[in-house]
Amino acid sequence: MNSRAFAEIEPISRQQVEETPPDAAVALFVDDVSKCFVRKSLISRKTLQTTHALQNVSLTVGRNEIFGILGGNGSGKSTLIRVMSTLLIPDSGRVKVFGYDIRADESAVKRLINRVSVEASFFKKLSAMENLLYSSRLYGRSGASLRRDIVNILGSMGIEPERINQPLEQLSRGMQQKVAIARAFLTSPVLLLLDEPTTGLDPRSKRDVQDFVRQLRDQHDATILLCSHDMDEAERLCDRIAVLDQGKVVAIDSAQGLKDRVSAELGGVEVTLEDVFIHLTGRALGEDDAEAEVA
Amino acid sequence: MEQAKPTRWRLPARRDVWREIRASYAFIERNFFLVRRYWGWEIAFLIYNITSSLSVMYIGKAQGGSNTQDLILYLGIGTVVWAYLRAVFSNISEMIVWERWEGTIEYTMMAPISRLTHMLGVALFSIVYGIMRTALLLFALFFFFNVDLSQANAAGALAIILVGSLSFVGVGIMAAVLPLLFTERGEEMTFIISSLLLLVSGVYYPISVLPGWMQAAARISPATYVLEGMRATILDGKSTGQLWHYLIPMAIIGALTIPLGMAVFNTVERYAKRTGRLKRSG
Repeated sequence: MNSRAFAEIEPISRQQVEETPPDAAVALFVDDVSKCFVRKSLISRKTLQTTHALQNVSLTVGRNEIFGILGGNGSGKSTLIRVMSTLLIPDSGRVKVFGYDIRADESAVKRLINRVSVEASFFKKLSAMENLLYSSRLYGRSGASLRRDIVNILGSMGIEPERINQPLEQLSRGMQQKVAIARAFLTSPVLLLLDEPTTGLDPRSKRDVQDFVRQLRDQHDATILLCSHDMDEAERLCDRIAVLDQGKVVAIDSAQGLKDRVSAELGGVEVTLEDVFIHLTGRALGEDDAEAEVA
Repeated sequence: MEQAKPTRWRLPARRDVWREIRASYAFIERNFFLVRRYWGWEIAFLIYNITSSLSVMYIGKAQGGSNTQDLILYLGIGTVVWAYLRAVFSNISEMIVWERWEGTIEYTMMAPISRLTHMLGVALFSIVYGIMRTALLLFALFFFFNVDLSQANAAGALAIILVGSLSFVGVGIMAAVLPLLFTERGEEMTFIISSLLLLVSGVYYPISVLPGWMQAAARISPATYVLEGMRATILDGKSTGQLWHYLIPMAIIGALTIPLGMAVFNTVERYAKRTGRLKRSG
């Protein structure tokens, strides 16, 4: 990956962010957040199903930290990301991004964040250039420099210039995911929310994306929140990890801290992060996936 | 734990206004990109518009008699104006459906722009796109019918169509909330609204032939005033000064429905965010 081209792109909202950050040290503050989804009958309004997606979740992410959230399917990871992204209103609790409350200061929060989800989510008939022009303009970017930056950043991610104007539906899933990361990066987020960004990617694309995440933190002072169910990825990238199970945070520590804790509880045996997950949640991630598929 | 209240509306700074105007251009540009990429659909819709307009105008021709030319023009105005209004209405009301289908809705909703900017961009595109499509439709119809427009008041017709478009924007914004409320059936509900407008607004017949309660409904439909105004300028050649009783009701409907539409949209957006309905699958 061409890190020079990546570094050349000037973040545009940095100045705005630096002007008045009410709390520059804490990037993300989640306090006692709960979210419950209720499905009711259309006619009788009787409750058919209640899902407690998040239950009293609290965590704090420091500026410039890569913070992992590890959990299986249905553990509440995506719900938590949606709450932080202002796309879901929690039933209770508070979320602050650099001191800005996601409800009271929604507009300020939106300028500081961006998100990459497991699905690339683009206008599939439009090209990477057209999609990125659209999304960047929504964040106030315009002018000739924008097209140049799009070409540069896509080039730095290994996307050849001739593919930039092809409809996205003609690009591989790995390439689409790289375009999704470029979309987020072009808006210079100070807090980037990544929801399983490497799921379904081949090993090389996965490594490219992981390198990119590291560069974003190291060269652009971004804070990253990474939701994943990939143990290796979480261990390799994250400074600290929260384990989320059935909507509850069951542990928060560095990967080594979590392993040391569980190792001590198991009488000093050497453990992997997967062992930690099984010990803390009572199941393996694979079992979760199988349950979700059945559901 | 008590939650913070949502931000109260306040007057934006000049820098923010400029940023919002530039952001609204994103929607215009994006939609033109989409029109270009889905060119096959555009041709199909245009052919459909031309053939359905011709069918209606031939019904007029088949009636014969001394007023045949006026009848053809009456029906022609109805079908062309309705095609335009339908294009404006559909583009606005389907903005949520389209983004939900593509899977981009969450990205648009989390962008740091006001919902007014979002709507303004979509509405401006809809008007420009509607005018372009209607011009193509008119061009095609002139090949089949030799209509006399010598006494038409073109400036008056333009004023009617522009003010009428604004009155339709508010209705379109209100219809756009339906897919947020009903994730699977919202799109069909927007069809119901447009078909009700078609029924009561006098597109192919004067509203005087309708039952009383339908005539009352016609008086709150912006399409009624657009159609009556267009017929007054093109068929009767009324001067622009004589168009106030069409322009004023349309302006009032626009002035009421646009802010009302925004308020309804914001309320439903908050509801969708509470219940998780923004998500593609609902």
